[in-house]
Amino acid sequence: MNHANSLPGPNDIYREVLPNGITVLARSNFNSPSVVVTGFFEAGALFDPDEKLGLAEYTVLTLMRGTKKRTFDEIYNALESVGAGLGFNTGVHKSGFHGRSLAEDLPLLLALLWEALTMPVFPKAEVEKLRAQLLTGLAIRAEDTSDMASMVFDNILFKGHPYSRPEDGFPETIQSIKRDDLVKFHREHYGPRGLVIAIVGGVEPEEAVRQVKRALGGWQVKGQKATPALPPLKPLKKSVSKHHRIPGKSQSDLIIGTHGPMRRDPEFMSASIGNNILGQFGMMGRIGDVVREKSGLAYYAYSSLSAGLGPGSWEVSAGVNPRNLKKASDLIQEELKRFVQAGVTEDELADTKTNFIGRLPLSLESNGGVANALLNIERHQLGLDYYHRYADLVNEVTAEDVLATARKFIDPNKLVIAAAGP
Amino acid sequence: MKESLTQTTLSNGLKVLLKEVHTAPIISSWLWYRVGSRDEVPGRTGVSHWVEHMQFKGTEQFPANMLDKAISREGGTWNAFTYMDWTAYFETMPADKIDLALRLEADRMSNSRFLPEEVASERTVIISEREGSENEPLFLLGEALQQTAFRIHSYHHEVIGDMPDLHSMTREDLYNHYRVYYVPNNAIMAVAGDFETQTMLKRIRELFESIPSGTDPARLTRPEPSQNGEIRLSIEGPGATSYVQVCYRFPSASHTDFFPLSVLDSLLAGPSNLNMFSGGISNKTSRLYRALVDKEYVVSVHGGAQATIDPFLYSITMTVHPRRKPEEALAALDKEIQRVKEEKVTKEEITRAIKQARALFAYGSENITNQGFWLGYAEMFANYGWFETYLDKLSAVTAKDVQRVANEYFKPQSRVVGTYVPLDGKGAV
Repeated sequence: MNHANSLPGPNDIYREVLPNGITVLARSNFNSPSVVVTGFFEAGALFDPDEKLGLAEYTVLTLMRGTKKRTFDEIYNALESVGAGLGFNTGVHKSGFHGRSLAEDLPLLLALLWEALTMPVFPKAEVEKLRAQLLTGLAIRAEDTSDMASMVFDNILFKGHPYSRPEDGFPETIQSIKRDDLVKFHREHYGPRGLVIAIVGGVEPEEAVRQVKRALGGWQVKGQKATPALPPLKPLKKSVSKHHRIPGKSQSDLIIGTHGPMRRDPEFMSASIGNNILGQFGMMGRIGDVVREKSGLAYYAYSSLSAGLGPGSWEVSAGVNPRNLKKASDLIQEELKRFVQAGVTEDELADTKTNFIGRLPLSLESNGGVANALLNIERHQLGLDYYHRYADLVNEVTAEDVLATARKFIDPNKLVIAAAGP
Repeated sequence: MKESLTQTTLSNGLKVLLKEVHTAPIISSWLWYRVGSRDEVPGRTGVSHWVEHMQFKGTEQFPANMLDKAISREGGTWNAFTYMDWTAYFETMPADKIDLALRLEADRMSNSRFLPEEVASERTVIISEREGSENEPLFLLGEALQQTAFRIHSYHHEVIGDMPDLHSMTREDLYNHYRVYYVPNNAIMAVAGDFETQTMLKRIRELFESIPSGTDPARLTRPEPSQNGEIRLSIEGPGATSYVQVCYRFPSASHTDFFPLSVLDSLLAGPSNLNMFSGGISNKTSRLYRALVDKEYVVSVHGGAQATIDPFLYSITMTVHPRRKPEEALAALDKEIQRVKEEKVTKEEITRAIKQARALFAYGSENITNQGFWLGYAEMFANYGWFETYLDKLSAVTAKDVQRVANEYFKPQSRVVGTYVPLDGKGAV
């Protein structure tokens, strides 16, 4: 069979901007009888005041707890009776939604999305029930070595910047949020401008767009606030270490890292390739080889690049016995030094390039995978032909590019070293 | 869901299942061995999982770090899983690269080296894996419940094994386990994806048929006697949150009652998702959510049914509301359990459970790795027909069946109830 055109591209991605500002992306896949609806809108945690941190998240999580048309139970009864799902989430810049159903139930998903976005009623009893659930979630977070190491890391790396704040807030900020705050947040920040929706699955693209128009095409909001600009980032002046103590745990989590590129920076691809060699390729790259395979210090030890709309981070993470924390930390810092001094070999580079190009079809196998790819294109303005150009973009990166990018972002003497555990 | 499937057994006893799926240029290859933590005796608990780790440590032909690099280089993904009843290895690759996966699996069926230095470094990796799990209250609680529910049957211990055994097991323990269970007559090769069946079968024969068969390994089976009286336990640990887990005894997946019980699970706690590569759905209108979360006894409730060879457990896990006590949550749960025993469920509830299962299967079918998974997975506790006829069997379930199994399996006398008591900074941990 010929699958040459199986990567999404301008030939099979349908894109339309509705008069009210909503962008719709659609691609059909009739191999399975299901459909995914996912997207984002401009109501992220950047809008949260410090004293009410968690407000954006609290708001999205209340959307499905009652609308002008249905109660909480009626909403979920409609969804769950047909095995469908729809949920909301929050990031720093955007909030988002993700739903799926059998293709025959797409109209239901879109109707519920419309209700949740445009006419939530924030029932008082439901707001309070949710508050208890959020507070329990925060109590569990406080005991999670990985979550806490990550919070400590962001807090130091992004000091004075909104990225230093956890989107789910703190117990005292969740306690301080009132129902009126949710209503106000929804009124000021929700609207069609900046809303992007992707539909992938057993439905013709034109039909998908028609259904979105019918559900959300008439939504108009006056005075929808613009997302605030990000303040400048303060560079690290020296390495900073911090250990957050959680007694009674048998393993500590360690994160070592620094700032990384934005998704749209020209260095993104070379950073991504460098990161793969550093702590992903094979069994977690060079980091996995040194920390796990050769020293047996950890079950997981890897590096990751977090690159979004604003400045990113470049992190190495490991879960280790508290006794071995220093040993693992030293090994990881040695590897980072080697990475910025000597760069990567031609063999390593070639391996990662074939890995990136070869694995692409696997990541685009499911409807959810394709829908995320469409959102990725739209969020970062990569162009509808991005996945067709992808192999070229990967292949043009040189070992010199990787080294220059590594040196631009990673200074082994200016790292954040965060740990959480006993 | 019925698609053409080729099944055959090679002369050395290796069973082969092939399913052509031409939706994407991808092939997923799965090799299953009939061995898992249930085949382990005290002193060697965790050996199956450790052997699985050693299978990534190389053969003469594919030395340790060449293996994963070779797969990654071709854009593939691979992993392995050890469960109570089985151990499985998979590679999902671009279709034109699958030969590498086939050669690799044929090679490591009998040629893994188990070098002493690799055994030594993997020992601490696995100890670290266990320590990571021990950070989680629900792992600690689940382990305590399982060892209490199974005194005789080897479902007694966690797959990862007991810590003293992870310290004391030797290279010989691991290697012997490998030699006994990793024989073609104890394995199933299942491949799904973009290939032509005859060509694929020919290649599998070339690579696997020359591997000599071994003695059919006997499986450890010590039936758990019936439990006569509820058992309660509690464990203490760090944190501020209480959890309650209630385990009822469930039949094996091949038992006819598994299907009415699946309907019951669906309406009590939302459907358990048996797919490995595709998430489930929410359960906010399940009976237990309405009675426990909506009424604020707990902040979450989940049910978990598992498909096993021998009777195992159905567990209901509750995260207790910060203003409630574990006993209050348990009493509210008991009221709902009593209700399914006394009142017949409605036809609508059954229809709904079937539609939920149909949707979950549809989500699972989007993904070739998941399709490959089902081919062999169903063989581990029944056969592929179990999967193909799953929806038909659910459709045949009646309200009377559901009520009968509720009374038969949800007995207080045969359940184990466990509570995680958070010390919240109080007392020694």
